[in-house]
Amino acid sequence: MTFPLFAEVFLKGILTGLVYGLMALGLSVIFGVVRVVNFAHGEFAVLAMYAAFVLFGLYKVDPIIASVPVAFAFFLIGYGLQRTIVQPFVTRPQHEQFILLVGLALVLVNAMLMVFGPESRQVDLPYSLDTWMIGPLMIDKVRVYGALAALVVTAALFAFFRFTLTGTAIRAAADNLVGAAVVGLDVKKLYALSFGVGLACVGAAGSIMTALTDMTPMLAPSYTLLAFTIVIVGGLGSMAGALGGGLLIGAAEAVASAAISPSMKSMVSFGLLVIVLALRPQGLFGKAES
Amino acid sequence: MTTRGWVALSLAAAALVAAPFVVDRYLLSILLLCLIGAYLGQAWNILMGFCGLLSLGHALYLGLGAYTGAILFVKFGVGPWLGVFAAMAVAVAAASALGWLGFRFRIEGVYFSLLTIAFAEVARIGFDNWSFAGGAAGFFLPVASEAQAQWFNLRGGPYFFYYLALALAAGALALSAFLRASKLGHAWLAVREDPAAARALGVNATRVRFFALFISSAMTAVGGVYLAFWSNNLFPAQIFDMSRSIDLILAPIVGGVGTLFGPIVGAFLLVPLGEALIDILRALGLNAPGAKALVYGALLMIIIAATPNGLWPWIARKLKLEGRGA
Amino acid sequence: MTHTTIDRRRLMTGAAALSAGAIAAPSIVRAQAKKLKIAVMLPRSGFFAQAGQSCHRGALASPKVLADLGYNVELVHIDTETNADVARTQAEKAINEGARCIVGAFESGQTLAIAQVCEQRQVPLSINVAAAPNITEQGYKYLVRNFPTGGQLVTNGVKLIDAVTKAKGLDVKTAVFLHANDTFGTAQRGAMDKIFPTLNMPFKLVESISYDPKAQDLSVEVTKLRSINPDLLMIVTRAGDAIKLTRDMVRQKFEPKAIFSPGSPGLYDEEFYQAVGPYADFFFYNLPWANPKSQMTQALEASFKAANPNNRFAVDSFNAGFTFEALLVAADAFKRAGAEDGPTLMKAIRETSIKDHVMTGGPIAFNEKGDNPNIGAVSVQNINRTPTVVFPKDVAVTDPVLPMPSWQGRK
Repeated sequence: MTFPLFAEVFLKGILTGLVYGLMALGLSVIFGVVRVVNFAHGEFAVLAMYAAFVLFGLYKVDPIIASVPVAFAFFLIGYGLQRTIVQPFVTRPQHEQFILLVGLALVLVNAMLMVFGPESRQVDLPYSLDTWMIGPLMIDKVRVYGALAALVVTAALFAFFRFTLTGTAIRAAADNLVGAAVVGLDVKKLYALSFGVGLACVGAAGSIMTALTDMTPMLAPSYTLLAFTIVIVGGLGSMAGALGGGLLIGAAEAVASAAISPSMKSMVSFGLLVIVLALRPQGLFGKAES
Repeated sequence: MTTRGWVALSLAAAALVAAPFVVDRYLLSILLLCLIGAYLGQAWNILMGFCGLLSLGHALYLGLGAYTGAILFVKFGVGPWLGVFAAMAVAVAAASALGWLGFRFRIEGVYFSLLTIAFAEVARIGFDNWSFAGGAAGFFLPVASEAQAQWFNLRGGPYFFYYLALALAAGALALSAFLRASKLGHAWLAVREDPAAARALGVNATRVRFFALFISSAMTAVGGVYLAFWSNNLFPAQIFDMSRSIDLILAPIVGGVGTLFGPIVGAFLLVPLGEALIDILRALGLNAPGAKALVYGALLMIIIAATPNGLWPWIARKLKLEGRGA
Repeated sequence: MTHTTIDRRRLMTGAAALSAGAIAAPSIVRAQAKKLKIAVMLPRSGFFAQAGQSCHRGALASPKVLADLGYNVELVHIDTETNADVARTQAEKAINEGARCIVGAFESGQTLAIAQVCEQRQVPLSINVAAAPNITEQGYKYLVRNFPTGGQLVTNGVKLIDAVTKAKGLDVKTAVFLHANDTFGTAQRGAMDKIFPTLNMPFKLVESISYDPKAQDLSVEVTKLRSINPDLLMIVTRAGDAIKLTRDMVRQKFEPKAIFSPGSPGLYDEEFYQAVGPYADFFFYNLPWANPKSQMTQALEASFKAANPNNRFAVDSFNAGFTFEALLVAADAFKRAGAEDGPTLMKAIRETSIKDHVMTGGPIAFNEKGDNPNIGAVSVQNINRTPTVVFPKDVAVTDPVLPMPSWQGRK
């Protein structure tokens, strides 16, 4: 493999990885606070893609810009979902949460199938097929825009967690739930907020991904799996971990498909996952559990 | 179990033995799926229900068992009754690798679950690319018509496979009951409830977990051999798929994790439910593609929300089928 | 009913297997049947929903054409959900409810699950689409397939590539074979590895690349292609990945002299045209195709339009055409046999010889394995976002466009 080829592939992997990272971040936020693994994560990502698709169809909103309203709508969905369906399951065993969310995933996928049909859908942006030449490297514009948007959303999230009262409260709840309750934080509300923020991440990521790739309802399970891999590598519950994991998986898969065989690339990310679990079970960026 | 419980069990067993003489082939094919579901659920339940380890990747053992049995038969002429031992050995070897990683490095809770998914996915991709076993194009067994059924090579018709499934399900129930009452079973429960306390009581948590993993994976591999010889074709994208792992654990969870009859009740509820939905929705004129799975998903959510700990404990209580502690 | 009692005793005394015919026989009405009930089993939801629904549109268009041809059939439509277990139980149910023939099921795994039920219950299965060579090699007696095997597809596909490029005087020296690593793609790869060296093509197969069909994009794959830069690209795709592939080829300005599919879906689905618009043009796929010059094709097209006003026949004609022909095989056999019991109907199906039909190639007839050796492929090219038969001359509607025009400046 020549160096320019390697560099180009690597760069593309990083750019895509940022968007994946944002998607996985949602999973991490939800787990970090609510301690529920969202097994319908990929389904929500694809739902966000369809939302962006509809917005584009109706109002010609660029999906990257649409990530803002979609994220907002998904925040509300997440908030409502936690308040109604998920909250009673917070204290239930993990496998029962699993069934609940698998059921939800089935509902979502098949609702999308019934509404949008099985054909893949996409938006046609004026720049979707443009590229930049940087020396010998050829980089897609959409990928760069998508990555930038993902970075902006992530930065906004970090600011939210760092500088707002609610954000700090959520982090406190993630660190020490009992303590949070003791100092009088409304834990149920914090849960709902976290689930909302988590889904907002997926909403934004899904919307951005609409610019990069097509959607079919059947895409959902593979996104769920991808998000899992990323957060485990990065550290479940760690925000920086989700991003780092996204970059790592994105780059590793891209390089592996160029160097070995494209059909084996997921093998590389699962291999990575196993290695990380063996060396650092809490993930590369995660804190060891007490 | 109470006397009523024993009576109910005997009646159910008698009904299942007699079923092929009464029901038509369609119902028989559903009953067969129920029995396979019950068997595989029982195998998974030993790991999760008894020992508290949530595996979301049991398709791994199913697929390894299926491929081992099929490859030995087709490529090396080794019959399934012998091949099944090899299948168990392969599954146990994979389980050892998983267990070694998981237990040695203290990968617990949700991390362990995700590790099991990773193992299954690695196997799927590996088999997709392994051309000796057909790769993604699939692996095929020769088909024999019912007239030339050879039971010693697991070649037979649906009646043969029905009774085989019944035997497997019954065997798994007996084995589960035996294990649960054994010393090992008590150690499992101790580890499930509180690993630290169990260790303090002198239970070697890692060792008993390994036992649970081995037994569960070997049983699942036996189910895999069954599937291979029953369906005569194997595709990595189907047998190792995540959805297979999910399907496999729905029944025991809905039925009641950690109970003896939960996996059976779950399977006998969910499989017919899926079939019934097809008919109901068609009668209502709602048979658009996807509608059935949508309603099925919604019902799953409702069932699990309404019956914490699963259906069986509730049924057993209502019908007074089980004594205390069962 | 002594017949069945004996069987029951046999079973109880340990003979594990029970002849299906013996149990099923009493329920079969042996009297002269008027109408053949056919269950059309397709994956209309689940992973192959798109293709299953495409075939389904063909099934919807078929009854009118068959009735006009004097055939008497009744169709029951069943969704297999891309799930072999559902396919199996639903096949049992369809037969219970009086289906005496099954048509389906697009994908090999489900088709084989149905084949097993059909074999046990002695009900013929007429396969519409399923390319795995093993299907007809496992020993099923109640199954025919009017569809090319992977090997046939590749052989015809590659030969046609040579013929078309020669006819247009295009100089091709190197080729890359890119395929999805799914059931179909891998079967095609196997066939390519085996067959290509025996065909003595004037061009060299430089590399074969397999990709994950569930990949989110194929950018890296195209980067790899760009670095090899072959004259000819051969691809085996599904619809979704064909879109991703095309987009990344346009983005990276990868322009081989020609892009051929030696027999695969993906390049002629409506979603492909919708997704990539003008970039969908000038792809070739060498496949059996609805013969534009056949009267039956024209009749099917008319009926298709009435049944599916929102869909184009040109786009669905491969799936719809083969689904129709699978029904035609059953209907024709039923008419000749005048009976619907399995053995008689199956015997008639095996003796099928239909000269005038929809797809290109010779008469529909089956060899001892149940395959139709007469299926012929033609070269189809996307022109103005419409599949257009361009080679050979006798069925061609227009001339092929080669070399492939640049991506830039397309409208």
